[in-house]
This record gives sequence, structure tokens and C-alpha cells, in this order.
Amino acid sequence: MSKHRAAGPGRAVLVPGGPGGESPAGDPGADLVVDARDLTLRFGGVTSLDGVTLRHHRGEILAVIGPNGAGKTSLFNCLTGAYKPQQGSVAFSPEPGRSHSIVGKTPHSITKLGVARTFQNIRLFPALSALENVQIGVEMRQRYGSIGAILGTPRMRREERSGVEKSIELLELVGLRHRVHELSASLPYGEQRRLEIARALGTGPKLLLLDEPAAGTNPSEKLELAELIRTIAGTGVSVLLIEHDMRLVMSVAANVTVLNFGRVIAHGTPAEVQRDPAVVEAYLGTQDDDSVGESDAPAGDLVGNGGTGRDQH
Amino acid sequence: MGFVHQFWQLTIDGLMSGSLYAVIALGYTLVYGVLQLINFAHSEVFMLGAFGGLFAARELVNNFSDTPSGMASVGIVLVGLAVGALCGAAAAFTLERVAYRPLRKRNAPRLAYLISAIGASLFAVNMAGKLWERQNVTMELPFTNGTVFHVFSAEVNTKTLVIILVAAVMLVLLDTLVARTRLGQSIRAVAQDADTATLMGVNVERVILLTFIIGGLLAGAGGFLYAMTFSASNNMGFIPGVKAFTAAVLGGIGNVRGAMLGGIVLGLVESYGGYVFQASYKDVIAFLVLVLILMVRPTGLLGERLGRAA
Amino acid sequence: MSTTSATPATPSVAPTPPPSQPGGAAALGRAAAAALFSLAGLRQLGVCVLIGLTLALMTGPNGKAAEPLGAVRHAILAPRIVTYLIIAAVLWLLIALWPLARPLWSMGQAAARGPVTAVAQQRFAPLGLNLALLIVAIIMPMFFSNAAVTWMVDGVGIYALLALGLNVVIGYAGMLDLGYIAFFAIGAYTTAYFTSKTAISAHFPVSLNPFFVFPIAFVLAAVAGVLLGAPTLRLRGDYLAIVTLGFGEIIQLIANNSHWTNGPRGAFGVPHLSIHLLGINYSWKLDPKPYYYLLLAIIVLVMIAFGRLERSRIGRAWAAIREDEIAAEATGVPTLRLKLLAFAIGASVSGFAGVLFASKQFFNPQIFSLQASFLVVTIVIFGGMGNRLGVVVGSVVLQGLAFYLRDKVPATDRFIYFGAVVIVMMIFRPQGIVPSRRRKREISLAEHGVGHADSLGSAPTSESGAR
Ligand SMILES: Nc1ncnc2c1ncn2[C@@H]1O[C@H](COP(=O)(O)OP(=O)(O)OP(=O)(O)O)[C@@H](O)[C@H]1O
Ligand SMILES: [Mg+2]
Repeated sequence: MSKHRAAGPGRAVLVPGGPGGESPAGDPGADLVVDARDLTLRFGGVTSLDGVTLRHHRGEILAVIGPNGAGKTSLFNCLTGAYKPQQGSVAFSPEPGRSHSIVGKTPHSITKLGVARTFQNIRLFPALSALENVQIGVEMRQRYGSIGAILGTPRMRREERSGVEKSIELLELVGLRHRVHELSASLPYGEQRRLEIARALGTGPKLLLLDEPAAGTNPSEKLELAELIRTIAGTGVSVLLIEHDMRLVMSVAANVTVLNFGRVIAHGTPAEVQRDPAVVEAYLGTQDDDSVGESDAPAGDLVGNGGTGRDQH
Repeated sequence: MGFVHQFWQLTIDGLMSGSLYAVIALGYTLVYGVLQLINFAHSEVFMLGAFGGLFAARELVNNFSDTPSGMASVGIVLVGLAVGALCGAAAAFTLERVAYRPLRKRNAPRLAYLISAIGASLFAVNMAGKLWERQNVTMELPFTNGTVFHVFSAEVNTKTLVIILVAAVMLVLLDTLVARTRLGQSIRAVAQDADTATLMGVNVERVILLTFIIGGLLAGAGGFLYAMTFSASNNMGFIPGVKAFTAAVLGGIGNVRGAMLGGIVLGLVESYGGYVFQASYKDVIAFLVLVLILMVRPTGLLGERLGRAA
Repeated sequence: MSTTSATPATPSVAPTPPPSQPGGAAALGRAAAAALFSLAGLRQLGVCVLIGLTLALMTGPNGKAAEPLGAVRHAILAPRIVTYLIIAAVLWLLIALWPLARPLWSMGQAAARGPVTAVAQQRFAPLGLNLALLIVAIIMPMFFSNAAVTWMVDGVGIYALLALGLNVVIGYAGMLDLGYIAFFAIGAYTTAYFTSKTAISAHFPVSLNPFFVFPIAFVLAAVAGVLLGAPTLRLRGDYLAIVTLGFGEIIQLIANNSHWTNGPRGAFGVPHLSIHLLGINYSWKLDPKPYYYLLLAIIVLVMIAFGRLERSRIGRAWAAIREDEIAAEATGVPTLRLKLLAFAIGASVSGFAGVLFASKQFFNPQIFSLQASFLVVTIVIFGGMGNRLGVVVGSVVLQGLAFYLRDKVPATDRFIYFGAVVIVMMIFRPQGIVPSRRRKREISLAEHGVGHADSLGSAPTSESGAR
């Protein structure tokens, strides 16, 4: 798939004339972990993605923002195989020089390639313990099968033990060491979100997709979350983040892509997109109030909605 | 006696059984439309309707010293149909109330519905066996069964004609009901999105119950037609049930016109296939059609949405 | 399904005064009267009378097709109805007054019993209990007649083994297989084919010892399961139920009509099991006890094996699929493959049981009827889906009752009761009499709108939930 690499300048994703034009995202030989081109996804009459192109640099924390219904979750669903876009291509490169086309693959095989995700509406395995939730992620890379399990082979015992150890490490990482044996459905909201991240990390991803991980959490949890995201990125995992809280986005993301009505309307650093008139307009309607974007910029949310949207992924 | 020679006769036979499948299939499809649930006990609704209609019509026929004719025949068939339909509706109502509603109120997982339906089916089949013996029960035809007309080389007899005509009338009535009436509109609304339908003021519980009852009326009347021509027995529902379900899937489950088309197509395929293969393996054909359609085109011939159907 | 959202199905009852208040008796009497003669109370009376009439019909005399209402008349318009009306009345008092008694009963219990219990540490039945049960099972045959021990093999044991296999499909993978007995038939006919030149008209060139047929039947049944499951499981889970239903019927149809299988006459003279190994020569003959112990050993081994499976990554992945299939996929669980695996494991246990059965006795196609499949489903549901011990207990209780009542309830009527048992369990205790903790939690959580408890997709009327 590397033939795509050379095609077209990176600027294609930028909003023409937007102030984000000087963004550093545009060098054509870049090392991309995700190279999604021209994705179009329709549901009957609704077009939820309309020619979306997304370039995600390896190791980068990239944020995707946009008003409700802009198509952010749909984009995630296309990247993880939950939906199949009618048009477009997605190349995922787990490491430099290796690249896979993702469209048409089943979600679990995409996870196996190294893409993991969390869901906007938390989807844990509610009747399993925190540990078991993470174990399921960790164990997807294990090799023993049903016969091994029945016979209790040494390899099975070894893998079982290392699976538990690794899961506990991950629970430690997200700060849930004390909840190991608790039922996931009984955890407080913020902890459920972190448990979902631990489960996703269990699958050993090279790319982690977080769909509104801060939704419904309190300010101190948000700080912890930002810290966690940076830690994860520090281990070499590229992070794609959907988030409404601009403060969080500003504090972790190097770059931001803005979607509206299924189209990319801006791309650049957080500060740049916040100043972008197209973005301001997308969020605030057509009000002609120049100062809004500027004055609100350091303060926080672009939208009031913390976003516990509808029942979707 | 080649296939060509038999072709028209096979076609007529296929149309006859196909129209019965279509009538039963509508019950599966309607319930699937509103509840996304295979109503496994629907075949027992058919069976109970068959017994009801058969007993009523048999009682009347027995009052005649020889085969009734003219208006008397028409009247007896109509009474049988009506009683069959009412028994079917009553069975469907009871089924919904006893086996499904308590689960719905509790928001039970789907597996529970399937299992509950199996329980209801076991209960009904064996209860019928206890009440009316475990054997085929037949009745004298309420009319003289002669050849009415010919289609090329094939004879169309009274029995076949009655079944096809009655089934056609029921199919048209149902199609009109779903497409044109307020109730039909509500059914389609619930099928499309139950939550939104509730917001729009549709009484979903009532629509569900009525959907069961409509399915029951059709299956019960179809049961009478079947019992009149062949026989009734406590386990008669099973095979027509699986076939009607196949017809529903064939047409696109949840799709009303699809179920009609699916029934006819299945009847024809089975009829031709039964000639080509051995007759005792005729029932296998429907099953093969089911597996094949699942593999090749799982959304059926006409697609799946009830809302889109009419 | 937000139309009826998460309201539990407790009938609405006016708040009742705490029974310990002064003047309690009079107040309690008034409360009781109010509960009984309220609209809800009278409705409950109606339901109880209907239940009583149904029971009267179930236990009444058999009818005749010539006289459609005869059985109803003899069952209901007869003096015996009094008994059933009394039963109905007692039931009504119990149901209607239950809300008054509940505070008394639950006083000693912990107050908060929400859908979620906090600690999820997996606890398994203590070893001591298991050993005690095993010892009981070992000494049991000594106290029973030969006829009873024969039933303990053919009725209880074989069905317990079948239920253990079907439990993998229903309990572990959360799917429904309604043609389960077809794989049993495959096992039985395979045995006849490979072990004897005369049992059925088709036969293998050399006659093998039935022991060698175990692996063959095991594999054949698994292959049949995969062939059947692969095209079906890719679609909605509920289609599997009807496809297996059709498959079960087809296998019986073929067994009945094919010249190879001897048609309705069935198979005669399949050799008994025998061991000739390292100087040990032993044959199973007509005495049922050796079969009993062989079957017991197999059941224990299967229980141990499936217990390990359940606690392994495979078992956890099945749980994940049941609770949230989409999240499971996204976490890297190959859901289709694991569902197929469960289906194939279930099928092979059934095929395995078929070999045991065939090598013990004569069989014909009637044994592999649809009702036999339903019986296994009933046992699993009654015993407790997902609980190995539960499904074995289910077989012991249901089949034991069937034996105990063999002279009082005709065999054909049994299925009326089984059907009723299944419905009642689904309404009041879907987790079964010996529930699996995990399964019970799942069901209760699913009813409160958290996750699922099967792998059939979303609950009825909520299509959007599955996305
Ligand atoms: N399965 C589906 N069926 C029909 N329409 C869908 C489906 N999934 C998404 N859509 C539509 O696609 C559009 C984009 O939805 P999406 O969930 O991707 O938005 P979003 O940016 O994630 O919004 P939010 O901030 O609310 O999460 C919406 O109009 C939505 O209604
Ligand atoms: Mg979203």
C-alpha cells in the first residue's frame, strides 16, 4: 500500500485559506500510522462521512473534533471495521515499512493487526470482573486452544499466568489496581472509562482510538486522563482521540482534525483550529461574531455538550 | 410422462401449497417485523386453528346425509374458516400473553423468548395430542371435488381452487390492511422503530398484541384449509411451520409482500423438485432452500423491511 | 427497549404498614383484605383460576377426536374440579398476600439487592460437595432395581451427557440448537455402520470395536456441526435455532426413509463395548450397572473438561460474546469462530453419546425425534444454563420424576409438563434451579439494560441497540 504514500501533498486535508495553513502536517514523505483516503459512508439517505481523508503520524496524539453528528464515531467505526465505507481506502501501518489495507477486514482481525478502541457509550463486559475484562484483551494474542485448556498443558498454564500478570499491570497503569476483582458494571463511571482503556491496551495496539474518553468525568479525572494519554503515547502507541473538551485536547493533542457534516473542515494545531473561522462557524452556527472563538479559546469547551450522545459505538 | 408433460400439474400443485405457506409465513414476518423475534410457536397456532375449523365444519357436514352443495358448501367453508381463524387468534393471543409478555415486561434477553416459545410449542402440541388423540383426524369435504377447468394439460379441481382463491383473498386483505389502514401504519411504525413510534403516540403493546392476533387469524384460517384437504393432527404444524418460515426468509423476513412471494416461490420449487427427486425427500427441498438463501442472499428476495414493503 | 425500560415486573402494590406496629393484627387484616380485593388482587384471582383450569386439563383424562370437547368436559365439568379450584385459591392467597409477608421474610437479609453485586470473584462449588455427590452417585445403583438402573443409564445418564454438551451451546455461547439430537443420531448410526455387518444395511468392510468409533463419531458430528453452523451463524443468531430444527427433522427423515439405515426398523445387534488391552478382557453385556459406571466416569470427565474450558480464555471469550458481541470483536475475539467452536463441541458430545447409546441397545429413528431435542433443551433450562452441575441435576430431577411417575403420567403426556416447566422457568427463574453465578448476573444486568445475556443480537423491539 506504500504507493499511496507519495500521492498528493498533505495539504489536501487542510481547509483552503484557513489560518491552519502553516501547519507542519504536510510533508509528503511522512511516516503515517493511518492513511485514510476519501472515506464515504452512507446510511440510506444519511451521509455520515463524505470524502474524509485522515493522515495520522506515527507516535502522534491526534484529536478529532466536531459538533454532534459530525461523523466522528462513524470515522472510528470505519477504521476499526465495524462499518464498511462505500468508498475510500484505509491503510494502517503498525510499524514503518509495513502497511495493511483495512477496509473489508473483520473487526477482530483489525484489532489483531494493532488497532484498539474504546466506545463512546462504554461497552464493557458488565458481568465480568475488571481483571477478566482486561484479560480478554490480553488473551486475544495467546495461542493455546480448547484442547490445551482441557488438558491443562504447561503452555496453557504459562500463558494463563502471564495473562493475569499483564492484566494486573495494565490495571495498575490506569489506576484500578484496587478494583481487580470487582464487577465492571459496579465501578463508577470514570473508572469504567479507564477500564475500557486498559482492556484496549491489553490487545497490544500500535494505534489506540479513544471515543470521548472524558465524557461524563469530573475535572480531576480529566487531568488524570490527560496524564494517562500522554503516558500511553510515550510508550510508542499512536493515539487518535475524539473529544469535546478543548482544554483536554489542547493539553494532549499535537494536531486536531475538525469534522462537520461528514467532511473535514480544518486541520492543524489546537490553537490554529480554534481560531479558524470555519470551525467557529461550525460550532456556533452562522453568527458573525469574530470574538467568540478567540475569547473562548483558552477557556474550554467548544461545545457545551460533554457528549454522552446516543446509543452508538 | 416427462417433466414437460407434468409441468402444469406441478405448477398448480405448487401454487396450492405455496399459497398456504404464504398465509402462514405472514404470521412469522409480521411478528418478526415488530419484535425481531422468530415466533417458534406459530406452527401451533396453525395447528389449533386447523383443529377448531375442522371440528366446526365436520359437525356441519355430518348434518347432511350426502355431500352438501351450492350455498350450503360455501356456508360450511366460511364457517370453518371463521372458526379456524378465531381459534388461531385466540391461540396467538394466549401465546403472547403467557409466553412473551412477561418476558417483555422484564426486558429479558432474546434467548429467553426463543426458549419460552419452545415451551409453549411443546405444551400445545402435546396438549392437543392428549385432547384429540395423536393421529390424523379427517373430515368429509363440504363440496363435491370435481375438475373445474383445465390449464393446458392440468386439471384444476374444486379443492385446489378453493384454497388458492381463499388464500388470495386473505393475502389481498392483509396487504391492504398493512398498506392503507391506521393499524397498518402503526404496525409499520413499530417495525421501523418502536421507541420513536411510542413517542409518536402509538400504543406499542396494543400493536404487538394485534399483530399476533392478525397472524393468528391468518394461520388459523390456513390451518382449516389444510385440515380440510389433508388432515389435522397434533404435530401437523411443524413441517408447514418450518416451510413457512423458510418462505418468510426467502422473501425477506419482516417484509409482507416478500412473505407472499416467498411462499409461492417455495411451493413451486418444492413441487418441481419433488418431481425431480424422490417424493419422500420433498421436505428436504425446503430446508435446502433455507440454507441456500441464508448463504447467498440472507436478506431475501425483496429485502427485509416491513416499513418498506408497502 | 426503552418502551418498558428498566422497571422490574413486580406488581404494583400499595405500601404496607410494618407488621410490628401496635394493633398489628387488625391492620394486617385490613391490609390483607385490601390486597385481595383490589383490582390487581382480583386480576390475580382470575389468573389463578385459569392456572387451576389448565392444571385440571393437564391432569384430566385423555380425549377423543370424535368428541372434541369430551376431554374438557370430563376434566373440568366434573367433581374433580373442586381440587383444582382449591389449588387456585391457595395460589391466589400466596400471590396476593406475598407483598405483606415479604417484609417479614426479608428482615434478616441484606437490604440492598440491586442488579449488581460488587465482588465478582469466581467461586466454584466446594470440592467436598462435589465429592459427596460423586459418592452418592457411585453407591446409588445398589439401592435400586434393575429397571431403575437401566433408566439411570438410558434416561438420566445419557441425557445428562447430552445436556452437558448442549450447555456449551446454550449456556456458554448463548445460542439455541433445536436439532441437537440429530448429532446423537449421527453417532448412533456411525456406530452401527462401523461395528457390525448386519446392524444396518450399510456397513464398513471391517467391523471395529465400538471404542474405536468414539473418535470417529466425535469428529463426524463436529464436522456436521461446522457445516451446518458456518453458513448460519454468520447471520442472526436466532436463525441457527430454526436451521438446526430443520436439520434435526431431515436427519430423522433420512433415517426413516433410507434403505442404508434400515428405515423405520432401526438397527439390531450393534456389538456391546468391550476392552481387550494389556491382558484385560472385559465386555459390557446386558447388566446395566457397568454401563452406569462407564457413563458416570465419562460424565465426570466431561464436567472436569468443560470446567477447565469455562475458566480458560475460551470460556472468557464466550462470556464476552454473550455480554457484548461488538465489544468482543473490537477486543480481538473472533466471535464467529468461537461460536462455531461451541456449536461443534456441543455436536461432538452428542455424537459421542450416540455411540454409547448404540452400543448398549437397539435403536430406531423414533428415538431421534424432535421431542428428544426439546427434552435436552428443557433439562438445560431447568437445571441452569451455564452450570455443569446444574444441567446434570436437571436431568436427574426431570428424568427421575418421569421414572417415578411412569405409571401415573403417560409417557406422551410428559411433554405437556416439560413445556409448562420451560415457560414457568423463563418467566420466574430463567437462570434455572442451580444457576451459574455468571449467567445469573448477566441475565439480571441485561434486564436492567446493561449488556446482553445471549449472542442473538439485541432484545426484541430495540433494533438500534445492536449497532
Ligand atoms: N448505524 C447508523 N444508522 C444510521 N445512521 C447512522 C448510523 N451511525 C451513524 N449514523 C448517522 O451518521 C451521522 C454521524 O454520526 P456519528 O455518530 O458518527 O457522529 P458523531 O460525530 O460521533 O456525533 P456525537 O458527537 O454525537 O457522538 C449522524 O447523522 C448519525 O445519525
Ligand atoms: Mg460519536
